[in-house]
Formats: sequence, structure tokens, C-alpha cells
Amino acid sequence: MKKELPEHFKAYRHVWVFVELERGHVHPVSWELIGEGRKLADKLGVELAGVVMGAPGAGTLEAAAEAFAYGADLVYLVEHETLGDYRNEPYAKALTDLVGTHKPEILLLGATTLGRDLAGAVATTLATGLTADCTELAVDADKSLAATRPTFGGSLLCTIYTLNFRPQMATVRPRVMAMPERREGRTGRVVPFTPDLEESAILTKLLSFMPDRTSAKNNLAHADVVVAGGLGLQSAENLQLVRRLAGAMGAEFGCSRPLVQKGWMPADRQIGQTGKTIRPKLYIAAGISGAIQHRVGVDGADTIVAINTDANAPIMAFAHLAIVTDAIRLLPALAEAVTRRFSPHSRDRIAG
Amino acid sequence: MHIVVCIKQVPDSAQIRVHPVTNTIMRQGVPSIVNPYDLFSLEEALRLRDRLGGAVTVVTMGPPSAVESLRKCLTYGADRAVLLTDRFFAGSDTLATSYALSKAIEKIGAAFCAPDIVFAGKQTIDGDTAQVGPGIARRLGLVQLTYIQKVVACDTAAGTLTVERRAEGGTQTLATRLPCLVTMLEGVNEIRRGTIQDALRAARAEIVTWSAAEAGIEDVTRCGLRGSPTVVKRVFAPPPRAEKAATVDVSGRPAADADALLDAVVARRPALATDLATLIAGY
Ligand SMILES: Cc1cc2nc3c(=O)[nH]c(=O)nc-3n(C[C@H](O)[C@H](O)[C@H](O)COP(=O)(O)OP(=O)(O)OC[C@H]3O[C@@H](n4cnc5c(N)ncnc54)[C@H](O)[C@@H]3O)c2cc1C
Ligand SMILES: Cc1cc2nc3c(=O)[nH]c(=O)nc-3n(C[C@H](O)[C@H](O)[C@H](O)COP(=O)(O)OP(=O)(O)OC[C@H]3O[C@@H](n4cnc5c(N)ncnc54)[C@H](O)[C@@H]3O)c2cc1C
Repeated sequence: MKKELPEHFKAYRHVWVFVELERGHVHPVSWELIGEGRKLADKLGVELAGVVMGAPGAGTLEAAAEAFAYGADLVYLVEHETLGDYRNEPYAKALTDLVGTHKPEILLLGATTLGRDLAGAVATTLATGLTADCTELAVDADKSLAATRPTFGGSLLCTIYTLNFRPQMATVRPRVMAMPERREGRTGRVVPFTPDLEESAILTKLLSFMPDRTSAKNNLAHADVVVAGGLGLQSAENLQLVRRLAGAMGAEFGCSRPLVQKGWMPADRQIGQTGKTIRPKLYIAAGISGAIQHRVGVDGADTIVAINTDANAPIMAFAHLAIVTDAIRLLPALAEAVTRRFSPHSRDRIAG
Repeated sequence: MHIVVCIKQVPDSAQIRVHPVTNTIMRQGVPSIVNPYDLFSLEEALRLRDRLGGAVTVVTMGPPSAVESLRKCLTYGADRAVLLTDRFFAGSDTLATSYALSKAIEKIGAAFCAPDIVFAGKQTIDGDTAQVGPGIARRLGLVQLTYIQKVVACDTAAGTLTVERRAEGGTQTLATRLPCLVTMLEGVNEIRRGTIQDALRAARAEIVTWSAAEAGIEDVTRCGLRGSPTVVKRVFAPPPRAEKAATVDVSGRPAADADALLDAVVARRPALATDLATLIAGY
């Protein structure tokens, strides 16, 4: 178990966050991690660095400036022509070499398609531990990273350590951590790093990139109000009640995983560990028991309302408000009440 | 063309029940299945073999009971199955797992034919890390292509592969050289049912079974718990929130209950009234 850290790892210091820059745009999870990394660095009494990679001039300096505004002390600026669009080979090599040169004790990445692809490769080359999809990061009394993630099946969490290897690596899914405050005018050091890369040595070539149509995506992850249904609604037809209430509130709708598995809702509506993480002001969960895999996706909501026939359902342990009743009967009444109370038109009518 | 597909046997999560009092999972009687994500990769491998000729070998690292999942893959039409099983593998994290699997794949290459493509699933439904595919690729020095939604072209003579990859914010079309490692996205194909002949063959097929030593692993300290840099130190139930859920009294009349619930929401966060009015007006 905990042994003395091998001598050659003792030089590993500071907390790093990989800043995910693609097509001139930084993924917000990177700033969420800068916020979290700041707390870890302060506790350890070390510096917080952002790692910005890209083709020269392709938004790299802007990303560095943003990293400072969100709280980084320094930025490793890794620029090279081969780093234009994300490809595993040049990115993994550049990040591995950077770690070997500047030796961080903690390295955090977003659990996005890019971050998971990159982290898995880098951790293997470095032969170090990588904890996936963490929901909580902390430092222990002995300064090791305690990375907490849900465990399989039960309503349990586990804390994982990488005790005898460095860096300690972890990925965190978007919107699990809060967005930190952005402070204009904060600056820091830029440390350039020239990676040893050559296009001719890279086997994978990007032939084309087709951006998603933004209209095709739902806004579930960023909505202020979310209404979701679970197995308690009992049928695909009853999910209309969830959609109708969401429609009446100007909210987004979502669901628990079994409904996706049954084909009652599309996969992009699933909320939870293997679906979307949400942080709305108001979350209404109808007929959802509140398994840990669901809970980790909604823990950031400001107000959680549970509508459930079972007063002892696990969701009662983390909901703020609960109503023990049949959701199938309550949801239509709730849609009506919302329209009656908050819709400007109905208020005009009453006033007129 | 030789294709190796890595599959993992996992508990069927749809049938897992949580003990209501202790909060622990009740594993007894839970059937095992092939990790559902792996079937998209297996189907893609079978399609490539049907089109280009060759063979598909499935491999798993797991307990002896994992032969059931291998047999299942043979019923779908895989040609050969390899089980990697040894007490030295117990407690492996993703680094140790990818080490053992990469050794087994090297051995498969030596015993049968070097693979042109290694497939893995996008992730599993139990560990759910998505780290083993990239781990195997790194150890074997293969290019890794994750989150693939379409195999556009595979030219064995030229040794090239063209794919569509799901990236953040769009789709990449990538061309690379064989051999490489591919993980398929879910939902991109549907596993075939397999023929009667496949089912008969699967029932009788001999499953190649290797211990660590037989797979060519000399250094067992790189396997299992000892070979795993991550250490699970604590398993615990999440603490309930400090404030317990306030329960709204119910009358049994939905209209009255709906109003009582909205009253409670607004009492807790008055600003939500304005937020809702704004949202509804803008809708
Ligand atoms: C690796 C893994 C990942 C997972 N990822 C996710 C994930 O991302 N998201 C997710 O949601 N789940 C996920 N799950 C599944 C999760 O463990 C639960 O099985 C699931 O969340 C349960 O869904 P549910 O609450 O809708 O159904 P149930 O647990 O069956 O709960 C139904 C609830 O409805 C109540 N009810 C019944 N009738 C009524 C009624 N008329 N009115 C009101 N209430 C009623 C019941 O009291 C009960 O509490 C995952 C599981 C695993 C193993
Ligand atoms: C709750 C829980 C949390 C865990 N967290 C971590 C963690 O954060 N970090 C860590 O390093 N380990 C972790 N582990 C251990 C990890 O699950 C094991 O290493 C496991 O052997 C493989 O990882 P995975 O299930 O996440 O596979 P993934 O990386 O999600 O699997 C991807 C693909 O790799 C292939 N594959 C995976 N395992 C096998 C196998 N045994 N045989 C054949 N092919 C396979 C399959 O094609 C699969 O689809 C965790 C385990 C559990 C149960």
C-alpha cells in the first residue's frame, strides 16, 4: 500500500490541467478543471499550470490568456504545425514529452472524446495510474490525490489513489465541477515548449472535418430548468407528460437510463454517469429512484424536486423538495399550474 | 485479413438490484453478458472479414466462466476464441489489463497470424473507463482510432484504413496505416443473429485457454493488483445532504398538490418565479 514514493518521482511537483483547444475554441470543461486544480494547488502549496496545445497562432495565446483569467499561474504553450486538428499520435507524444520534461505531480483532463482518447494513451506510456470520470478530487493529509468516482451498480462511491507513481492522472466529465470565477486582467508566465514532431512521421492524416449542426443538439446540459422521467412513469406514452411539463416551463426534458435502453427516449436525453451531467437551477425528477449513477449527473442542481410514490426512495436523500404522490396524475396538473401562475399571457388575462 | 476483437464479460446491469438497506449490490444470480459496447466492434469486424476474407479472433481476460461470453461471440460468427485466465490477473486496473491483453495479442499473432486490426469496445458497462483500448494500442505501438462511427474503406493491399470519427463538435474523416486499433461507437450497427452452423460450431468449439506464462508473460508483477498503479482505498455510500428533503403535504387532489409544490419551490428560491416567467415568455 502506501510506500515511500520512489526517489525519481520526488521531483514531480505542481498541478496541471490540459486545456482542450479545438478549432479556436476551448472546451468549458478545461476551465472547470482550472477551478478545481486551483483548489488542489493551493492546498498543496504548489503552482497551477495550464497546458495549451495547437498550431501556431490558432487561438493558443487567447486560450493561455483565458487560462490566467480563470486562475492558472503559468501556461505551457506547445505549438506545432502538426497540432492543428486533434490526432492522437502528435498530441500524445507532445504531452508525454512535456510531462517528462517538466514533471507534474497531478495531471487533469476532461473526460471528453478528446480527453479520454489522449489520457488513456499518455497514462499507458508513462505507466502511471489514471482514474476515470471522477466526481470529486481532494488532497489527503499526506498530499496524495484522492480521486472519487461512482462504483458499479450499487449506490456507492469509491476513492482511488495512485500512490507510488507520478503523475497522478484523472479525468472529470464536463459540468461535474463548477465554473470558476473569471477575473479579467490576471496574468501569468508563458513557458514555451517545442515538441519533437514531424508530419512525415505521423501515420494518421485528417482528410476532412464536418462540424455538427448546432440545431441538431439539445441544450440539456446547459438548461436552467430540467424535467426528467424514470421507470416510475411506466410507459412510453406517459413520457409525453414529462415533455408537456417541460414545454410549459420552457425547460429541457431528460430521463434515467432504463428509458433509453427501452427505446422510450433517445440516448442524448439520458442524465447521469453515462449520460449528461446537468447543473440547472431547478430539476424535477418524476418516477426516478435516484441511483448513484443518476445522482452524480444531477448533484450540481440548485433545487432538486422528487416526485415519487416511495417516501424511502434513495432520491429522498439528496432531493431538496419531495412530494410523495403518483407522478402520472401530478404532472398534468403541474403543467397547468405552471402556465396559470407564470405565463405572461395568462397573467394579462387575469389583469385584464 | 486477421482481426482480433477484445471482449469483456460483465454482469448484466439491467438485472442488478441494490440491497435496500445496505446499499450494496446483490450479485447473486445476476447473469453475465458480453459487454454490449463490444458487440458493435465485433459486428464491424465480422463485416470486414465477410467482405475481405480472413478470420476474426475474439479474446478476453477473465475468470474461467468467461468462456460463456467467448462462445456467445462464436455463435455470432467469430472464427476463434482465446481465454486468458490466471490468478495473477486478479485485481488488474486498466494499465495491468492492457498489459496482459497486449501480450496475449502478440502471442495470438505468433500462434496464428499477426492482426491487421485490433478492435475493442468504446468502454465497458462496469468499469466504464474507456482506457483499455488506448492502453492496448500504446503497448503494441498501434495507431488508435477511438469513437469510430463508420469504416469508410479498408484496403489490405495498400495497408490503409479510412474511418469517420466522432470528435468534439463534429466528425473527422481520418486515413491511417494498418495495423491499428479501432473502438466503435455504440448504435452504428446491429450484431447479427448468426447462423445455425455457427451455433453448432460454437457449442463444440475448443476455446484456446492460456495462463499468464502461456501467453508469454514473463513478469507477472506487471499483472493484477501488483501491476496496477491505482489503488482503491475506500468504498462508501454518498453522504445524504445536510438538509433533508422537505416533504410537501399531499391532499390527493392533483391540482391542489401541484400548487402546493410550486409554493414550496418559490418559497425555497424566490428568484425561480422570475426565472420561470422569463423562460416561459421566451418560449
Ligand atoms: C455502469 C452504469 C451506468 C449507469 N448510468 C446511468 C445513468 O447515466 N443514468 C441513469 O439514470 N442511470 C444509470 N444507470 C442505471 C441506474 O443504476 C439505475 O438502474 C437507474 O437510474 C434507475 O432508473 P429509474 O430511477 O428510472 O428506475 P427505478 O430504479 O426502477 O425507479 C423507479 C422509481 O419510480 C417510482 N415510482 C413508481 N411508480 C411511480 C409513480 N406512479 N409515480 C411516481 N413515482 C413512481 C418508484 O418508487 C421508484 O423509485 C447506470 C447503471 C450502471 C451499472
Ligand atoms: C467501479 C470500478 C471503477 C474502476 N475505476 C478504475 C479507474 O478509474 N482506473 C483504472 O485504471 N481502473 C479502474 N477500474 C478497473 C478496471 O475496470 C479494470 O481494469 C478492468 O479490467 C478494465 O477496465 P474497464 O472495465 O474500465 O474497461 P474499458 O477501458 O472501459 O474497456 C474498453 C474496452 O477494452 C476491452 N476490455 C476491457 N477489459 C477487457 C478484458 N478483461 N478482456 C478483454 N477485453 C477487455 C473491451 O473491448 C472493452 O470494451 C475500475 C473498476 C471498477 C469495477
